[in-house]
Amino acid sequence: MPISPSDPTAPHRDPAAVPYDLAVVGAGPAGLAAAVTAAELGLRCALLDAAERPGGQYYRHPAPGLGAARPDRLHHHWPAFTALLARLDTQVRAGRVDHLAGHHVWTAEPGEPWRLHAVVGPAGTGSAVVEARNVLLATGAYERQLPFPGWTLPGVVTAGGAQAMLKAGLVLPGRRIVVAGSGPLLLAAAASLAAAGARVPAVVEAGDYLGYARTPAALGALAANPGKLAEGARHAALLLRHRVRLRPRAAVVEVHGEDRVTAVTVARLDSAWRPVPGTGRRIACDALAVGHGLLPQIELATELGAPTRTAPDGAVALAVDERLRTGLPGLWAAGETCGVGGADLALVEGEIAAREIAGRPVPTALRSARRRRRAFADLLAAAHRPGPGWTDWLTPGTDVCRCEEVPVSRIREAVEELGAGDARTVKLLTRAGMGWCQGRMCGPAVACLSGGGPARPDSRPLACPVPLSHLAEAAPRPSDGRS
Amino acid sequence: MLTQPSHDVVVIGAGVVGAACAYYAARAGLRVAVVDRGPVAGGTTGAGEGNLLVSDKEPGPELDLALLSTGLWRDLAEELGAAVEYEPKGGLVVASAPAGLDALRGFAARQRAVGVQAEEIPADGLPALEPHLAPGLAGGVRYPQDAQVQPALAAAHLLRASGADRHLGETVRALRTTAAGAVCGVVTDRRELAAAAVVNAAGTWGGEIAALAGVHLPVMPRRGFVLVTEPLPRIVRHKVYAADYVADVASGSAALQTSAVVEGTPAGPVLIGASRERVGFDRTLSVEVLQRLAAQAAALFPVLRGVAVQRAYRGFRPYLPDHLPAVGADPRVPGLYHACGHEGAGIGLAPATGLLVAQQLTGDPTALDPAPFRADRFKVVGPAGTEPPVTDRGEA
Repeated sequence: MPISPSDPTAPHRDPAAVPYDLAVVGAGPAGLAAAVTAAELGLRCALLDAAERPGGQYYRHPAPGLGAARPDRLHHHWPAFTALLARLDTQVRAGRVDHLAGHHVWTAEPGEPWRLHAVVGPAGTGSAVVEARNVLLATGAYERQLPFPGWTLPGVVTAGGAQAMLKAGLVLPGRRIVVAGSGPLLLAAAASLAAAGARVPAVVEAGDYLGYARTPAALGALAANPGKLAEGARHAALLLRHRVRLRPRAAVVEVHGEDRVTAVTVARLDSAWRPVPGTGRRIACDALAVGHGLLPQIELATELGAPTRTAPDGAVALAVDERLRTGLPGLWAAGETCGVGGADLALVEGEIAAREIAGRPVPTALRSARRRRRAFADLLAAAHRPGPGWTDWLTPGTDVCRCEEVPVSRIREAVEELGAGDARTVKLLTRAGMGWCQGRMCGPAVACLSGGGPARPDSRPLACPVPLSHLAEAAPRPSDGRS
Repeated sequence: MLTQPSHDVVVIGAGVVGAACAYYAARAGLRVAVVDRGPVAGGTTGAGEGNLLVSDKEPGPELDLALLSTGLWRDLAEELGAAVEYEPKGGLVVASAPAGLDALRGFAARQRAVGVQAEEIPADGLPALEPHLAPGLAGGVRYPQDAQVQPALAAAHLLRASGADRHLGETVRALRTTAAGAVCGVVTDRRELAAAAVVNAAGTWGGEIAALAGVHLPVMPRRGFVLVTEPLPRIVRHKVYAADYVADVASGSAALQTSAVVEGTPAGPVLIGASRERVGFDRTLSVEVLQRLAAQAAALFPVLRGVAVQRAYRGFRPYLPDHLPAVGADPRVPGLYHACGHEGAGIGLAPATGLLVAQQLTGDPTALDPAPFRADRFKVVGPAGTEPPVTDRGEA
């Protein structure tokens, strides 16, 4: 049976029911597009998502209780989202999609059928096992953070976090907010913050925006994605109107303040992201929104040994073929899990994957849209790949792992004196990455400081914490004779 | 070879056993180099719990080695300080029914006869030792000599204290031999290291190093999972496990066995280990193993039902068919020494192993008779699956 609820709040299913044709993990753009497309083609689908409401990080929207009159003002892609929601609603009513909200999948067991194990509910008090012949991983991405002196001060938030606060709660992290880091998310975040009434004195971008258009291939990719140019122009116009200064090839190298942020120091970077001495300049602010791009969230697949690739931004992504198959039979991937590329690409990939799983032809236009958008995504990714010199802005006392409070000096000791040659060993010797976030925050920095060669997927056997009682209650009884 | 060897001994393997060999060899005045294809503690050591157990071992050569190690770890802890998180917290083995307690009592009496400290705890004495233990247990035995270290830190600090030259991230491609067939150095993918002796401390890959020397050593991987909870205040004070653990551990079966050993750590998380099964080097998470470990831990400590499991990890124990390690000179190849195949007891047995190897290297009398650990005790087997008969041994 597809679902074996262990608590009364889990959806009830007929025990004689057969496995789903498709279980989609993640209800962001890729997952929504895949679920509705597959259902419209006749497949029975489960759509599992950790959040209570569909949309993922991208289509995050105000809770109904906040009474937001115009959620569309925070989103240029709102019509696409509402259209998807309407299609989802139709399929749910028709019984072809079970939307399993509040389901956080912690592991996937391969097989015929696959078995997804989930922790259920906001407090994680329920559990469920979902069986399906195919699994589509549309688990999206999380923000890449690089540490710098003072980044643990209250008032420092992630760029995505600042946007999420705004989209979901209609609140601003401060009144005068510096936006810093690298990647296209910064412009979008700065534009949203400024539109919502914050003063944004500067957008500090470590990469080089002009770098996009330096090669003929890059120009080609830009020309093939006019929508992206228009989106960029829209952000730029808005920032100009709000007198936001864009500072490319620069970084926040220190945050000042006692109890919370009062100012940041911004320095110019050379091409390897090394701060140029003597270029530091103080900017007063009461908040800093910072992020260095996104990292695919793929541990459900990498724990099973699914092949990966290193994307042009240095992030580890799932390797998929043109049909969006991973290396494991029955496991498919779409959107950011295949390499960060944004919502438009995710929508296209979700639809392609659904058609492939249903065994239906994929229109040529859809395939070429995917190729075009991937090419553009790779171009952006390459321009925002962190340079190796960023570690120069660290001081020995800068905390790298916030959960376990591990400073730079302890990581350097582990590498230089204790013989740690990779991120895993640094973790064993210092506890960096062993805390609540399981290295999602410090993973890239630790890997970089460890000098452990090419990027490898972080090991995260449990995708989220699991109540011990769930495991204990599901244990086979000795009478099962399985020992 | 005309050049003067740069080292007296090359140790292959930078896990805790290799680090201990380097440490005792250097202390005996030898010039030591350590080679590992990965970083320090990159294999089984980095996936271990750091059990230093005498409680789970029946009288015999492995217990002798464990008792010798117990004293050596105490000395090492004084030298290395808090850096290796040494905790002489003692073990507590509990029995749920009177019959199990009788068996445990008999086991403890035989251990006591060879020098193990074992103190019987009646049922009403258990809460004072472990306030959160499940009610209704029949009783238990406390083993004050059981202790714990953080294994990766132990290996790293032992290796640093040895002062040995480290060649980490270098794979051994071949062993050099003299015309007479004696081992006289190693060839890595980056250099050649000449030495009169080579120690095979390659753990789960010890059989491959033996094969480079042309000899048979049937080391196999035996997989284990450990559950790690969220950080908790000290609710588990000893290493606590059920009496049936000993029988489970000693089994030679390839099939899955689980018997939870529950313990707190200085950093806060409670560790719940460990399963054992022979499935090659398959790293895939087994949901069933996690479920069984959780159920057993919850049966011992009901309070754990309310906590979150934050992560799990797996490792591969270097398993030899009779559950004893291979330690000391290989009678078949002059210059080749072994220090591998400790299964799940390598952290605990490392110092005694290192000491025995160092004593053999320098020609000093050995602290124990090394004969039971000879690497040539295994018959070369023909077809796959015809392993030598299995005798039951303990494990940490």
